[in-house]
Amino acid sequence: MISSAHIAIRRRALLKSSLAITALAAPPIIAARGETPVRIGMVDPLTGILSALAASEVEGARYTVDLLNKRNGILGRPIELLVEDSANDVGTGVQKTRKLIERDKVDVVFGDVNSGIAYAMSQVTNELKVFQIVPGGHTDPITGTDCKWNVFRICNTTSMDAAAVTGNLVKRFGKKFFFVTPDYAYGHTLQDRFVKNLKALGGEFQAELLPINTSEYSATLIKAKAYKPDVLLNNMGGLAQINCMKQFIQFGMQKEMALGGALYELESIKSVPKDAQAGTWDMEWWWNQPNVPEVATFVGDFRKATGKTPSARHWFGYVAVQSVRLAAEKAKSLEGPKLALAMEDMDLPPDVALQPGRVYYRAGDHQLMSNIFVGDAHPPTGSPDDVFTVTSVVPGETAAGPVSETGCKMVHPA
Amino acid sequence: MLQLVLFNVTNGLIIGAFYVLMALGLSLILNLSNVINFAHGNFLALGGYIAFVLTPFIGFWGALLVSPILTAVFGFLIERVLIRRVYARDPVYSLLLTFGLAFIMQDACRYIWGPNGLPMTIPDGLAAPISPDLFFITWYRIFMVAIVIGAVAGLFAFLRYTRVGIRIRAGTLDLDTVAALGVNVGMLRSFNFAVGSLLAGLAGVLAAGQIGLNPNMGDDLLMPSFIAIIVGGVGSLTGTLLGGLLIGVAGALTTVFWPAASEAVIYVIMLLVLIVRPRGLLGEEGMMT
Amino acid sequence: MTAATVSPNTQTGTARPWLTAAIVWALLLTVPFWLPMLGGYTALAARVLVFGLAAMSFNLLLGFTGVMSFGHAAYFGLGAYGAGLTLKYIAASTPLAILAGILLGGLAGTLFGLFIVRRRGVYFAMVTVAFGQIAFYVAYSWDSLTGGYDGLRGFSRAPLHLGPLTLDIVNNDKIFYYFLLAVFAIATGLQGLLLASPFGRTLLAIRENERRARFLGIPVERHIWMSFSISCCFTALAGALYALLNNFADPMGLHYSLSGEIVIMAVMGGMRAFWGPLAGAALFVILQDTISSMTVNWMSFVGLIFVLVVLFFPRGMLGIFQKGTGK
Repeated sequence: MISSAHIAIRRRALLKSSLAITALAAPPIIAARGETPVRIGMVDPLTGILSALAASEVEGARYTVDLLNKRNGILGRPIELLVEDSANDVGTGVQKTRKLIERDKVDVVFGDVNSGIAYAMSQVTNELKVFQIVPGGHTDPITGTDCKWNVFRICNTTSMDAAAVTGNLVKRFGKKFFFVTPDYAYGHTLQDRFVKNLKALGGEFQAELLPINTSEYSATLIKAKAYKPDVLLNNMGGLAQINCMKQFIQFGMQKEMALGGALYELESIKSVPKDAQAGTWDMEWWWNQPNVPEVATFVGDFRKATGKTPSARHWFGYVAVQSVRLAAEKAKSLEGPKLALAMEDMDLPPDVALQPGRVYYRAGDHQLMSNIFVGDAHPPTGSPDDVFTVTSVVPGETAAGPVSETGCKMVHPA
Repeated sequence: MLQLVLFNVTNGLIIGAFYVLMALGLSLILNLSNVINFAHGNFLALGGYIAFVLTPFIGFWGALLVSPILTAVFGFLIERVLIRRVYARDPVYSLLLTFGLAFIMQDACRYIWGPNGLPMTIPDGLAAPISPDLFFITWYRIFMVAIVIGAVAGLFAFLRYTRVGIRIRAGTLDLDTVAALGVNVGMLRSFNFAVGSLLAGLAGVLAAGQIGLNPNMGDDLLMPSFIAIIVGGVGSLTGTLLGGLLIGVAGALTTVFWPAASEAVIYVIMLLVLIVRPRGLLGEEGMMT
Repeated sequence: MTAATVSPNTQTGTARPWLTAAIVWALLLTVPFWLPMLGGYTALAARVLVFGLAAMSFNLLLGFTGVMSFGHAAYFGLGAYGAGLTLKYIAASTPLAILAGILLGGLAGTLFGLFIVRRRGVYFAMVTVAFGQIAFYVAYSWDSLTGGYDGLRGFSRAPLHLGPLTLDIVNNDKIFYYFLLAVFAIATGLQGLLLASPFGRTLLAIRENERRARFLGIPVERHIWMSFSISCCFTALAGALYALLNNFADPMGLHYSLSGEIVIMAVMGGMRAFWGPLAGAALFVILQDTISSMTVNWMSFVGLIFVLVVLFFPRGMLGIFQKGTGK
């Protein structure tokens, strides 16, 4: 437990140091120098449909690298972040991973927002025994059936996101669900997990599987209306998700049923017109947590440095870099196997976790156990980023269930 | 069930109208200049983004009018500066040129307006459904269809009754003869390209109001437009019109029975057409060789 | 519709083709020694080989038959899926995987070819694009078999057993490179023989003047169909190798944007030169790799390459050395 006085002191210290940093912004003073840099390679889809999310992750990581370089770097060595575009293409992602490892000799690899690419990358990093963090690729197998000793994940699994929001929806609106689900692995897992939780609560449902970038939902919404559900679960992603919601609202269906789903990220909410800023969702991290003083500090510093309010994706990038630092300090090494062992069951300190409770990498499946913020999206109130109100915080472990259910059998190299 | 089917046929016609707008522009350029404009979807996006920029100043209605014209001007310039240079060459070059252009235009949109989607606000009255029973038909959809009908009627009238339009039609059939008759074929093609871009720009504004803006917004419409042309028959604008409506309805009907296949069904239709009637529904024999 | 272009210099009687071939092979064989010194890495060279083979196979059609396909990614991708599915569900055998890849892509190409041999020019291109997208959608939608949008995963290339000798192409990337090179050598050798054969000469005749070839009694459609099928088989082989390289296959490998890249490689390198597409693939892959590390706006640069090549270097890198018109 950290006393509030302690926090106040640390906060002041932080504030002071960040002021000092701003004052000395040019030329940059690098406290850690004279050593070969620690190289972090980051592969993310900077172009293609996931580019907005990728841009935030990279920005979060860059911010953190700059921050640490003004302090002590990692193990006293400066950090160098090498960013490569996977172009949302598996072949390119694999190629870039090999390039970073073989040619640039990176110590650590981050990536990718696209789970398929993240998985393909993990085959490469595993083969070459390089430590990898997946900041924001959600599909279950990465820390489930396909888990690897060298791979850790920060964002939640699809299952965790589904589990967290189901209870909230049932409690508030009822237990008759209609699913609109994209027809691919991510959608299927998400829906299965929802259904499992819903059935446990005695609910019923109907579901419609649609092509992944469907932009036209009238046929589906006609069916949904006929079923008269309590909640319409919008499992679509990206633009498809937004279009589904827009049409839902335009058709006036919000008067008859609630709307919700797993993820509706800050980047997405901000890109839609007011009438689509609605529904009950998960945030994997949220910038407005009045009860956690470290968050306000972080958000303030981040805004000062980038002019933006950090999203969950920024936080993923932040945690990824910080985790490498913490693990390296614990292991006193940057070798893959040692880093991996150090990360297992490693707790994130409050200024990294930036949320209440214990946040740690679970040893059994290498999944970060962090809180899930369930709440409602709405048009901005006050600041333009005030588009979500948290109604309940679900601990990661509650949502994830025991390791035995993930299907992960962790095997460490001999 | 019957009601659901009827709903979806209506709905399919609305979607099809959209394919038609895009495919007609593509078809015009293909017929006269023998160029497949791979960047057509990017002209669409450009039209949408221009409308987005203009709306705060001249409102949605003003943007609806001005944006397609600006897109047409841009198309005209692109044709004069780039496309014109490859007419005399093997078709591989025009394909590659427009393909490269598509890359550049998409990246430029991303660079200027950012990778995030942008919302486009439509007038409040248009966003509401026309009646509680027909809740799935918003006024905006009706309005879109009306605009498309207007544009298509305008295009066909233009091709039939104006001097330039008649020349374009003649050029489609036999460009050499038209040139021999003293028509400035170069200018005719530029103008024709501009008309095609105009249609793309118009489709872009309409699409922006319906699905919002993003740099890749035209990509998903390019393939259905290709298929509308192949199904309808290359060389026939009426065929393109029919093809667009047909695949729109087919897609919507598939959504009723097997939603996951609603995208794939248009390819199945194309396959069937190519097997049963290789020149397309209304294609002239010989146009496709 | 095909512009009957004239280039009398496709089979020079001099020693120059041998010289070119000697230079190409000398460079390819020594890649692992000089590439790292220039800031490259072995996986990059492997990628060049794979796309070089794809572009050369595609060029059998464009450069040596005069028919323009814009959907070759389909056969490339099917080759990749064929190899991947074999490794995952049937047997951990690299040769079998390659064979299955060729079969899948080649058969699909042969069947599609039946429908489209009568089309020419841009219409041929358009129909091939649309056909390619069918393959894309099948891979994309058939979730249970192909892994759908996420791609096919959970397979890995298997070590090669040559009698008593076992080649570890799994973990040693240099050995894998030489394995790729060996396959590449066999494939391009076959292509060379094919082009030098009477069949190959007939294809050239069709390219130069289809009408005349027809008057001479050559069954033009059948030849184009065969050329298309052969080209698809080799492209599928390249795709199978790509799957082995990545231990992965995904729908983007079937997408028409990849088709466009294969075409630009062939044109950029010189579609009338046997080794042209390889040179084009090398330049394209290296440029893309370098530029995309420097800027997120690499798409503009790639697009610019397309435009510049079309406007100023229509005959490609190796085409510059050749006589004939550049149309």
